[in-house]
Amino acid sequence: MCGIVGLFLKNEQLQPELGEHLSRMLATMSARGPDSAGIAIYGAGADDLIKLTLRAADAAVDRDLARTLGAVLKAPVDLVRRSNHVVVTIPREQQAQALAWLREHHPEIHLVSAGSRMEIYKEVGLPERVADQFSLPAMQGTHGIGHTRMATESAVTTNGAHPFSTGADQCLVHNGSLSNHNAVRRGLKREGFVFETENDSEVAAGYLTWRMREGDSLKQALTSSLVALDGFFTFVVGTRDGFAVLRDPIACKPAILAESDDYVAFGSEFRALSALPGIENARVFEPEPATVYAWERR
Amino acid sequence: MPVIDLERQTVRELNAALHRLVPDTNETLWEVSNSNGKHAIGTGVDAPIEIDINGHVGYYCGGMNKQASIRIHGNAGTGVAENMMSGVVHVMGDASQSAGATGHGGLLIVDGDAAARCGISMKGIDIIVKGSIGAMSAFMAQAGNLVVFGDAGEALGDSIYEATIFVRGKVKSLGADCIEKPMAKEDKARLAALLHRAGVEDANLDEFRMYGSARRLYNFHIDNIASY
Repeated sequence: MCGIVGLFLKNEQLQPELGEHLSRMLATMSARGPDSAGIAIYGAGADDLIKLTLRAADAAVDRDLARTLGAVLKAPVDLVRRSNHVVVTIPREQQAQALAWLREHHPEIHLVSAGSRMEIYKEVGLPERVADQFSLPAMQGTHGIGHTRMATESAVTTNGAHPFSTGADQCLVHNGSLSNHNAVRRGLKREGFVFETENDSEVAAGYLTWRMREGDSLKQALTSSLVALDGFFTFVVGTRDGFAVLRDPIACKPAILAESDDYVAFGSEFRALSALPGIENARVFEPEPATVYAWERR
Repeated sequence: MPVIDLERQTVRELNAALHRLVPDTNETLWEVSNSNGKHAIGTGVDAPIEIDINGHVGYYCGGMNKQASIRIHGNAGTGVAENMMSGVVHVMGDASQSAGATGHGGLLIVDGDAAARCGISMKGIDIIVKGSIGAMSAFMAQAGNLVVFGDAGEALGDSIYEATIFVRGKVKSLGADCIEKPMAKEDKARLAALLHRAGVEDANLDEFRMYGSARRLYNFHIDNIASY
C-alpha cells in the first residue's frame, strides 16, 4: 500500500497555494504510507538555467559549494537550502560539468533531481513531518506530485522514497509492484541508463524517460508502458508542463481524480481531495483501467 | 433526529451510537454530515433505521448492514455495502470497486456507475446499478441478482455459481463458465420485482439480457438447488 496525491493547477491564481494544498493532501494519506514521503514541485524557472536538487546533509558546505562551483563554472550559482536538501541553480549547458565536479569533490552529496522547474524533496519519516521539514506548505508552482510510501519491493531508505526522477523535469510516483522490473532494468542499462536503487518504481520512471527520449509524447510513453511493464500499478507522472495518470489493466490500486476549471487533482482515496477549494463542484471520477489520462499546460 | 457532524465527532463515535440502538428504537432517522470520504461510515448497523449521509464516503460504507436503509448523497469508495445481510444501501453517485462484495442479502442501488469487481462473490444480495459496471464484476458470484442498466466490463461473471446477471447495455466479454441464458416468464417477473424495489417502473424488460452459470466449472448438482 502507498498513497499518491497530485495537483495540476489550471487557474493561475491558485499557484501561491499549491504547497499548502499538497501538504494537506499528503498528510491525509499518511495511513497509506507512513514510512517515507516525497514531493516533486514545479515552480519558477528559466529555460537557460537548470535546478539541481541535491541531498547534502552538511550545511557547512553550502558557502564553499556555491563559491567553488561558481568559480569552476565561471558563472553565478544560486543555492537555496531546505533542511538536508539544497537546490543549486546553474546555467543549463553546464549541468554535466557541474555534476562531474560534484562527483569528484563531494561524493557524499546525492543528486535527487534536475530540471528547469522541478524540485524533488524526499525523506524517511511520517509524511506530515517530511512536508514540514521541507516547508512544503509555503511552496508555489503550477503542479506537484506527492507520495507516501509503505515499502514492499525494497528497503525504507531516502533513495527508496518517491518521486523518482530519471530525466530533466520528469518524475514518477507509483503505488503497486512490478514483477518484470529486473528484465526491464537490464534493457534500459543497455540503453545507457544508470539506476540508483533496486527499486521497481525507478525502473518505471527510467522506462518512460527512455521512451520520451526516443521521441514519444508523455501519453505515448505511458501507452507503451502498458505492454512493457508487468505488475500492479497506479502511476502519476509529471513533466515540465504535463501531468498524467495511468492504472494497470485490472486497476489493482486505487485512484480518484477530480477535475474542475481550476485544477486536476489526484488522490489514492477521496479523503485526500476533500479539503480542496471547490471540490463539491468538481467532477469526481475513478480513472478507468489501462487508460492514459494526460494534461498539458498551454 | 440525531445529526452527526463528522468534523466534530469521529466515525468510531458515530458507529458506536448506531450499534447501541435497541430493536424498537425511536431514533429511526439519522443524518451524517461532513463525511468527506471517511472510511467505515455506518458499518455493522443492526436496526430498522434510516441514515442519510450528505457527501462522499470512503471504504466499506454500510458494510455488514442489517435492516437499515442508508442513503449516500455522493460517491462511495471501495466495498460499499460489502457483506450486507439485509436492508438497503443507496449510492446516489458512483461506487468504486467491489461494491456489494460478498453480500448475503438486502438491496444495493447505485444511481451512477460502479467500478471493477461489482458484486464479487455475492451470496444473495441484490444489486441494481443504473449506470455501467467495470471489469470482473460478479466474479464467483454465488447467489442473488445483479441488474445493470448500462454496460458491463471484461470477464463478466467469471466462475459464477448460481447468481443471475441482467444487463441492458453491452457486455465487453463474459468470464469463464458465464453464458447468456434465455429469459423465461418467471425471470422477467423476478427482474420486474427487482426494478420495482429500486423504484424503477418504466423500464422495458425486453431490453435486458440474462447471464448465469453454464455449470461446467463447479460441481453443480440439482439436488443442491435449494441451497442457492
